[in-house]
Amino acid sequence: MKKLESTLPNMLAVLTCICIIAAALLGMMNEVTKDPIAQIEQKNLEEGIKKVILGANASGDLTVSKIDTIVEDKQVYIVYTAEQNGKELGKAVKTAVQGFSPDLTVLTGFDAEGNVMGYEILKHGETPGLGAQAPEWFKDKENNPKSYIIGMNPGKNKMTVSKDGGEIDAITASTITSRAFLKAINMEYNTLFKGNAETGATKKAEPASCDSTAVATNDSTAVAEKEAQQGGALTIKVVEVEE
Amino acid sequence: MNKFKIILNGLVKENPTFVLLLGMCPTLGTTTSAINGMGMGLATTFVLICSNVVLSSIKKIVPDMVRIPSFIVVIATFVTVLQMLMQAYMPSLYASLGLFIPLIVVNCIVLGRAEAFAVKNTPFDSMLDGIGMGLGFTIALTLLGACRELLGSGNIFGIDLWSKEYGALAFVLAPGAFIVLGYLIAIVNKLRN
Repeated sequence: MKKLESTLPNMLAVLTCICIIAAALLGMMNEVTKDPIAQIEQKNLEEGIKKVILGANASGDLTVSKIDTIVEDKQVYIVYTAEQNGKELGKAVKTAVQGFSPDLTVLTGFDAEGNVMGYEILKHGETPGLGAQAPEWFKDKENNPKSYIIGMNPGKNKMTVSKDGGEIDAITASTITSRAFLKAINMEYNTLFKGNAETGATKKAEPASCDSTAVATNDSTAVAEKEAQQGGALTIKVVEVEE
Repeated sequence: MNKFKIILNGLVKENPTFVLLLGMCPTLGTTTSAINGMGMGLATTFVLICSNVVLSSIKKIVPDMVRIPSFIVVIATFVTVLQMLMQAYMPSLYASLGLFIPLIVVNCIVLGRAEAFAVKNTPFDSMLDGIGMGLGFTIALTLLGACRELLGSGNIFGIDLWSKEYGALAFVLAPGAFIVLGYLIAIVNKLRN
């Protein structure tokens, strides 16, 4: 068979055919993989809520009783209220910001006072080896004590990177990611605790060192209490699914 | 050409990374650790085999003037399929490589082999070429990743060999990639002669 000539009808026909076949194949694959991908995202979200509210190794019965969607300045916040045996433990907030690449999705757990109980990064496109360390960096108390944010309160602590005059050391060579991450946490806090924002601001005058020790003690007792409460298998019942 | 020679050609004689110096961008970008390098290599191998077979099969019906657009559409299709499959069934590898998978579309090894081999040979030979080139790329990336991981953070495949404090961060960052790649190319050239 001779090779097709490069005439206009030939080129149009061949390119159109190739594109139609490619589109059909992609549509088919999308149908096949849609459900597993949605399941994985749902599972990550459920595990994320469990981790940010109960702590990394916790087990226990956690129920998401309410899902609120708050839209502010085009920024979407999804708030999950987590309960255990009918008692409210805290709220997990999810939002996405622009990191080094778009869609740095941060899920943060806050207790009633606005202290950070935990965080998870659900989705990111940060540079491997640099910004991609964010999911572990800010909760690794052993290796990065100056970046440990669990137990801090965005209303009381100055939760920005130390380069900007804040209390938190950024990820080595990844200031952009660190800034975006902390910005997300501060935005989530402000959305949840708008009314308390002013009290938080007045307390900023207190010496930072004394503040953070107090917070650290509080945190460790809180974790101990939480561990004592827990037992049994975890079931997260997400009452309704967002989006 | 002998079938076995086609595979060996990609592995040693015309190794895409060490000899042809093709696809340098993903080579330098993804090899921060051995496992990332290997994942990227295998993902590229999959795309390379599929695109080589398909492009070799349709070479007669694609007019010369729309050759490159057609090739890119075919390659991009396979990359997107791979991306969706990885996202659905290999979430952990996808999480660490996610950003680099779409970049396989513009990896010049894939287009380079299509132009240099697939359009001149049978689909079966093209498949063998895809396997050889893909594996050659995988081995090179794994080796490069292992060296950088070892020098930079003191472990290989996540297994600690010595403390992280003795690692030089530069090797995890971009400059280390160039330095290690340069030395590896020098060693491979020495061995080949």
